[in-house]
Formats: sequence, C-alpha cells, structure tokens
Amino acid sequence: MAVATAPTALPVAKKRELGQSYWDLVKYRFKKNKLGVLGLILLIALYVSFAAIPEFIAPYQLENRSNFVEAPPTAIRFVDANGQFQAPFIYGLDRKIDTVKRLRTWEINTDRKYPLRLFVQGDEYRLFGLIPMNIHLFGIEADQKEQRIFIMGADALGRDYFTRILYGGRLSLMIGLIGQFLTLALGVTLGVISGYYGGAVDMFVQRFTEFLAAFPNIPLFMALSAAIPAFWSPIVVYFMLTLILAFLNWGGLARQVRGLILSLREREYALAAKSFGAKDRRIMFRHLMPGTMSHVIVIATLSIPGMILAETALSWLGLGLRPPLTSWGTLLQDAATVRAIRFTPWLLWVVPPILVTILTYNMLGDGLRDALDPYSGR
Amino acid sequence: MAEMAQNGKADNILLDVKGLKKYFPIQKGLLRKVVGYVKAVDDVSLYVREGETLGLVGESGCGKTTASRSIIRLYEPTAGQVLFKSRVLSPDGQPRMVNLLELDRDQMTKVRQEISMIFQDPINSLNPRMTVADIIAEPMVIHGKYEKGRSEEIIVNLLERVGLRADHLRRYPHEFSGGQRQRIGIARALALNPRLVLCDEPVSALDVSIQAQTLNLLQDLQKDFNLSYLFVAHDLSVVQHISDRVAVMYVGKVAEMASAEELYANPLHPYTEALLSAVPKPDPLYKSERIIMQGDVADPSNPPSGCYFHPRCRYAIDRCKIEAPAFRELKPDHWVACHRAEELQLKGI
Ligand SMILES: Nc1ncnc2c1ncn2[C@@H]1O[C@H](COP(=O)(O)OP(=O)(O)OP(=O)(O)O)[C@@H](O)[C@H]1O
Ligand code: SF4
Ligand SMILES: [Mg+2]
Repeated sequence: MAVATAPTALPVAKKRELGQSYWDLVKYRFKKNKLGVLGLILLIALYVSFAAIPEFIAPYQLENRSNFVEAPPTAIRFVDANGQFQAPFIYGLDRKIDTVKRLRTWEINTDRKYPLRLFVQGDEYRLFGLIPMNIHLFGIEADQKEQRIFIMGADALGRDYFTRILYGGRLSLMIGLIGQFLTLALGVTLGVISGYYGGAVDMFVQRFTEFLAAFPNIPLFMALSAAIPAFWSPIVVYFMLTLILAFLNWGGLARQVRGLILSLREREYALAAKSFGAKDRRIMFRHLMPGTMSHVIVIATLSIPGMILAETALSWLGLGLRPPLTSWGTLLQDAATVRAIRFTPWLLWVVPPILVTILTYNMLGDGLRDALDPYSGR
Repeated sequence: MAEMAQNGKADNILLDVKGLKKYFPIQKGLLRKVVGYVKAVDDVSLYVREGETLGLVGESGCGKTTASRSIIRLYEPTAGQVLFKSRVLSPDGQPRMVNLLELDRDQMTKVRQEISMIFQDPINSLNPRMTVADIIAEPMVIHGKYEKGRSEEIIVNLLERVGLRADHLRRYPHEFSGGQRQRIGIARALALNPRLVLCDEPVSALDVSIQAQTLNLLQDLQKDFNLSYLFVAHDLSVVQHISDRVAVMYVGKVAEMASAEELYANPLHPYTEALLSAVPKPDPLYKSERIIMQGDVADPSNPPSGCYFHPRCRYAIDRCKIEAPAFRELKPDHWVACHRAEELQLKGI
C-alpha cells in the first residue's frame, strides 16, 4: 500500500533548512548586506543615545541656563601651555567686552584648567523617567557658575547646545517613529479593507486618498495647525502634529497595500481559509496582511526620514512644534538667522545628526528591501 | 455496482445539486457596466451518495472548479439548489437535508465543518507564513474546537496518517515537496472530521509518480473516515479507478452522469464517447480509433445555441442547433443530456 511506504520516501531535508522560516531567510540575507547592518547598528546607537538616555549622555539638563551666553565650542586639549602632554582637559573662559565692536566675547584663560572626567556627578535627572540619578557620561568637576563644558557651544541663553541637540533628537526621532506607526496602522488597515472588499468601500477609500494626495500639503498643514488652539500645551500640540503627519501620509501606503491585497486575495490559501469558515477579519489580518508586511516594512523604513524632515521643516517654518519644546526643527529655527550664522555658527551642529539619521534610515531600508524582495514564494 | 444502478437516485444521497448556475459578470468601461456574463456553470445537476466518490470530469475551462466552489459558496451561485444532508444543523443530531444556498452566515459557517475542500495547487493553497501545525489546526481554531494537548494529538495523528512525520509540525510549507504539501492540504481537510470532501484536481499538479500514491492515500482515507468525495479531474483516466460514479461536464453543463462501469462501457453522450476514445488503453494491441473533435471548446461567455456541443458533435442534427437537450435519467442512475441518446450506439471501452 502506498501509504505505508510513503514516510520512507520523504526526502531528508538538509540540516540548514530545518525549521527555516521566512524571517530566518530574511535575517540570513540581511546579514550579508554590510551597509544595511551598519545602518541598523547606527540607528540603534542613535535611538539609544538620543531618545532613550540623553539625560545621561548630556552633561547638563535641557533647560539649565548659565551666564556663558553664546559661548563658542570648548576645545578639549591634551597639550598644556608648556607643551606637556597630559590627560584631556579644558581651559576656563573669561568674558570680555569688546568696546570698539560693542560685542561680548569669550577668551581662554590658561590659568584655569579643568580635567575632563567620565561619569561625573551633575544635574539630577530620572533615567527613563524612573530611576533618580545624577551621573553624567562626561563633564568637568567644577562649580557650574565658574565653568562649564560646551562641546558644541552655548546658545543665547547660555544653555549647552550639545545637550539641546540630544534632547531635540528625542522628539524628532520619536515623531518619526510614532508618526510612521500611526501611518502604518491607518494605511495598512484601510488598504487591506479596501483591497479585500473592493466595490463601494474601495471606491471611497481610493477617492479619499486621491483627495489627500491632490491637496497641496503646506496650505493644508497651515489650515490644520491654525486649527490647533494656542492654549494647548506643547505636548498636546506635539501629538496633534504626529497625528496630522500620519493623516497626510497614509494614502500612498494604503494604495500600495491595496494593490498587494488585490493579488494576494486570489491566492488559494485565502479561499481555503474561507472554505473552512474563516471570517473576513481572520482572512484579512491573519492571511492577507502578513503577505504585505515585507513590503510595508521597507516602505515604512524609507519614509521615516520624510516624517522627521517634515517635522523639522514645519517647525522651522513655525507651523509645528513651539518652544519650550525642543526638537531639531525648533533648534534649526534658532540657527536660521543671518545673525546666528555670522556670530554663532556652531548652532548649525544640529544639521549633521539630521543628515546621519536620514542616511542610516536609507541604508537600513535598502538593506531590508534587498533581503525581503527576492523572495518568490510569497 | 449492478445493484446500485438499479436503486435509482433516491437513497442515501448526501449532496444533491440541482440546476446550479454561476455567471460571472463581464464589466467594461469606467462605469463598470455589465456587458455580458461568463456562464462558467450553467445548469449543473448532480448528486453524491454517502461514502461514494463522484468523479467530475471535463476539459479545462468547462467550469469544474467554479461548480465545486459554488457548492460551498466560495462563489455565490447565481441560481439553483445545493441540498446537503447536514448533522450539525439539525437540532436532534439526525441528518437532515438543507439547502446551503438558503443558509445564513452563521449556519453556513457551521456546515463548513462537514464539507471541506482540497485545492488543486499545493503551493498556493497553504499559507507560506504558517507552520504545518498552524495550517492543520486552522479549521479547529476557526470553529473554536482547538484545545491544547488534545488537538495537538489529533494533528500529529492526522499528519502521520497522511504519511508525514510529527517533526514536520514546526516547518513551513516551502520546505516540502509538492506531494508532501498536498498531503498537508489533505490533513487540513480532514481536521474537522468532514463527511464530504470536494477535491479539486488534487493530483493534477503533482508528478505522475506521486499521483498514484496520493490517489491511494485518498482512497484509504475514504474508507477509514467514511468520507464522500466529489473528485474533480480533467481526464477520464484519472478518475477511472477511484470513482464509483462519474459526471462529465461540457461548458458549464453536465452532459452525462452514471456509475463508472456503466459510463465507461456504455456511454450515452457523444462527448463522453470522444473523451473515452482518448483514454490510454491497457492493452497495447487494442487499436481504437481516436475521435478527433473539430473546433474548440465553446466560449462560456458566448455559448452556441441549442446543445452546446453541437458544433463539435459528429451526430448533430438540425434539432440540436435549436433546442437544448434536457438532462434526464434515461436508465436507472444513468443521466444524459442528448437528444439522440436513445438511438445512438456509442462505443465505450
Ligand atoms: N472569477 C472569475 N471571473 C470571471 N470568470 C471566471 C472566474 N473564474 C472562472 N471564470 C471563467 O469560468 C470558466 C470556468 O472556469 P473554471 O476555473 O471553473 O474551469 P475548470 O473546469 O476548473 O478549468 P481547469 O481544468 O483549467 O481548472 C472559464 O472560462 C473561466 O475563464
Ligand atoms: S444533442 Fe445533438 S449535438 Fe448535442 S450531443 Fe446529442 S447529438 Fe450531439
Ligand atoms: Mg479548475
């Protein structure tokens, strides 16, 4: 009888293939893409230092003002005035008034030397909003009135600009993630529903996304942000901004997901599930949606930078976040005056992190696309 | 078999399909105006008795898949009746005939425990992102019958019964050969202990060497689980040794239906005769003239008048062009749709 002999007839699977799921294969292929892996590592580093623990990395608290108004970046030195090589240190700064130019300037005072230390005690903070701590990654052991360290200079209120960039990254990076997450939730859900049901539902969703796409973004955004009451707290405004960004962006994703669903819908496994009595919800979200995930992940990764840039651009235009919220957009707003570029050019230090973030997201996205795409048996 | 033929239609019917129609609208233009219909299934009547296999045979595109899917309402039929002797729907557990097309959603979902389906394409019919265990468990999960432990045991038993091993449970479909995948599909179809299994060309995508194995497996399972099969195939040779009765379809209609022996020996429809002439004969010395049908299969969106087969039929008379023949029981349990069925002396094998 054929049945009895069948088990021995099974070809023995190769060891490496044992239990290899789709995601195992993706992981394997992704690891071979050096740029993608580098992007992933950099991104994790970015998110950890900027979003998770900026309190620890920054030498001061975000709003800690000082008299060192517009102090230039502090040079970290290894060689002292006598040409002696020694552990890293900084010199003190003295305020001078240039009566001719009517300018406040800062001069290095080589008499005052402050060694650079790791894990110094400083401003109190709560790590992850929970654990009370006062240890900072680096700093100098000095009275804050007497001397501070500003590796990227200080702003017009004497606040450490490096600290501000770190904290600003938290909002900007998170707005990208949260906004993209909302975009995904909206876009994927509506795309799946639209593709699966077709007909009138599809018609409505598609026309609506076209409406959104056809609408010029900036005027729409101005209208929406004008609709945000001025008395709302900045944090609420922040969430409204993410919502608005997500709302403007889901259309394209929904269209792509819909297209994928239209082809997946005809796969027999969807019919099979239906033949066993599966409800629409199960077919849509258990069977069809996972088939779009690889595509969605790539699109999401590649469009987070757009979100971050949108926040930055809108805040820069004064339409998005407002002080006292600190984001890369609001920092850029401070940096974008002729006066700032002439006298405090270090305020442009906010640009490199933005560029690096965008670059790493693109590296990761490209790596993911290469790892996810060539899979044929979707 | 002989006594079965004399019993006539009446007894032991599990599935009774009457006048089933499925028309797909053809839409054109921006406004998606309906300009016509593909009459994929156009008046199909057939029945399956308990514990038997009805082979449903026809050329590619004649509507076999559409018919079987319309029976369990994967496609919503345009017209007709699908009577099924259901246990789950009767309050006292006594099997009772219900018309599936009149059931509401919840009732239909319940009936799906009793009728399951095996699909033609073993690659596409299993979700590539689910493990074998999840795939076979899915029908149980859907019907809220999945219990940890007990159900896992059932799944392992099923898997072993279809010739796979328990350590295959955590693997994904792409790790299996076509034949093995089809076995997974078979195990899934049996997960809820159905009474009727609709097999849509379950072996035609497989290697010839695997086909016989899979057919044997299906036959053994039929005995063990007391299953009835509606077995779709596109040529008569595949269904020959597995079917008790055979229905031959041509362009959306059933041309002839009879017990396998009767149909092969005494075909009453010219189309059946032509198909039979193409069946390979076991005796190499036996020379039969192969009937070459002229023309192509009719287009279901624009079928010919009268008998759909008349442009290709070598026995066609004028009446065939005008009047569609009725599907009638000419001999006990032998049904045919041909005006000249009584007079023609057709050749079987
Ligand atoms: N969803 C659909 N929409 C429109 N027409 C369809 C649809 N499904 C099938 N058809 C048409 O209906 C007819 C019958 O198709 P069906 O798949 O039922 O044939 P089949 O007998 O199963 O063929 P095969 O042996 O190739 O599987 C074909 O002409 C086909 O083009
Ligand atoms: S009805 Fe006429 S055309 Fe049709 S099969 Fe019979 S003889 Fe041929
Ligand atoms: Mg088919």
